Amino acid sequence: MREALDQMSFVYAAYAVGVLGTLAMVAWSWIAMRAAERRRDKSRGK
Amino acid sequence: MHGFANPARFLRLARWLTPLLLVSGLVVAGAALAWGFLVVPPDRLMGDTVRILYIHVPSAWLGMGGWTAIAVASLMELVWRHPLSGIAARAAAVPGAVFTAICLVTGSLWGRPTWGTWWVWDGRLTSMLVLLFLYFGYIALADATQRDGNGSRVAAIFGLVGAINIPIINRSVVWWNSLHQPPSITMGQSSIDGTFLWPLLVGTVGFSLIFGGVVLARMRAILADVQAEARLRRKAAV
Repeated sequence: MREALDQMSFVYAAYAVGVLGTLAMVAWSWIAMRAAERRRDKSRGK
Repeated sequence: MHGFANPARFLRLARWLTPLLLVSGLVVAGAALAWGFLVVPPDRLMGDTVRILYIHVPSAWLGMGGWTAIAVASLMELVWRHPLSGIAARAAAVPGAVFTAICLVTGSLWGRPTWGTWWVWDGRLTSMLVLLFLYFGYIALADATQRDGNGSRVAAIFGLVGAINIPIINRSVVWWNSLHQPPSITMGQSSIDGTFLWPLLVGTVGFSLIFGGVVLARMRAILADVQAEARLRRKAAV
């Protein structure tokens, strides 16, 4: 028996995983960088 | 190359290069994804699932590229004691792991409608899963050795040894029978029609820019933490 799969739902899921994963990684890295640089500046007494 | 061994010189460059790479990468990758999603026609055999190509393939290349970068930086650290190479290797690990995970998940989502299964234990899929575990191991080892103050030589050796998996992933579809298709793009040649190929190449450039921006951001974060810790230690010693 052949399953009737909606191809576009797999495409939507793949794009969601790719886009959200990439955006989350960019946001996390940017926020971590800013926080670390703030900590360094604070330790310098800036 | 050795000119950038100086952290101050590196930071001067990275300060403007990081946002430039991230913003241009997001714009270029976004445009390529929209191109692949909205403009590219369905493939004769794979139908609409061919659109997954524009996420899956750049992620696979960057997953392997990330470990190649770790291996090169590790070699530079072990041979030349380049001060920033260990930091560069550590910074490449998380984006490499994220793209490898995206490649595995999107591959699974592509496999279900085209192969009829989410997963098979064949050479390509298994070696890619091994790469993800190698990333997890490297991240844990690099964090642990940094916390213990043992330097990152152990992590560098692990980074070099783990590179053996990269040619295995690359040749897996040639060496073993696999549901995964053989390589469509080799050095200077492609069996993919231009209609499908161009958005893939543009997307790869976009995702590579994002990868570069993330590596720079993470290098800046590690460097700032090292500098803050060194300053606090000096203050405590006085």
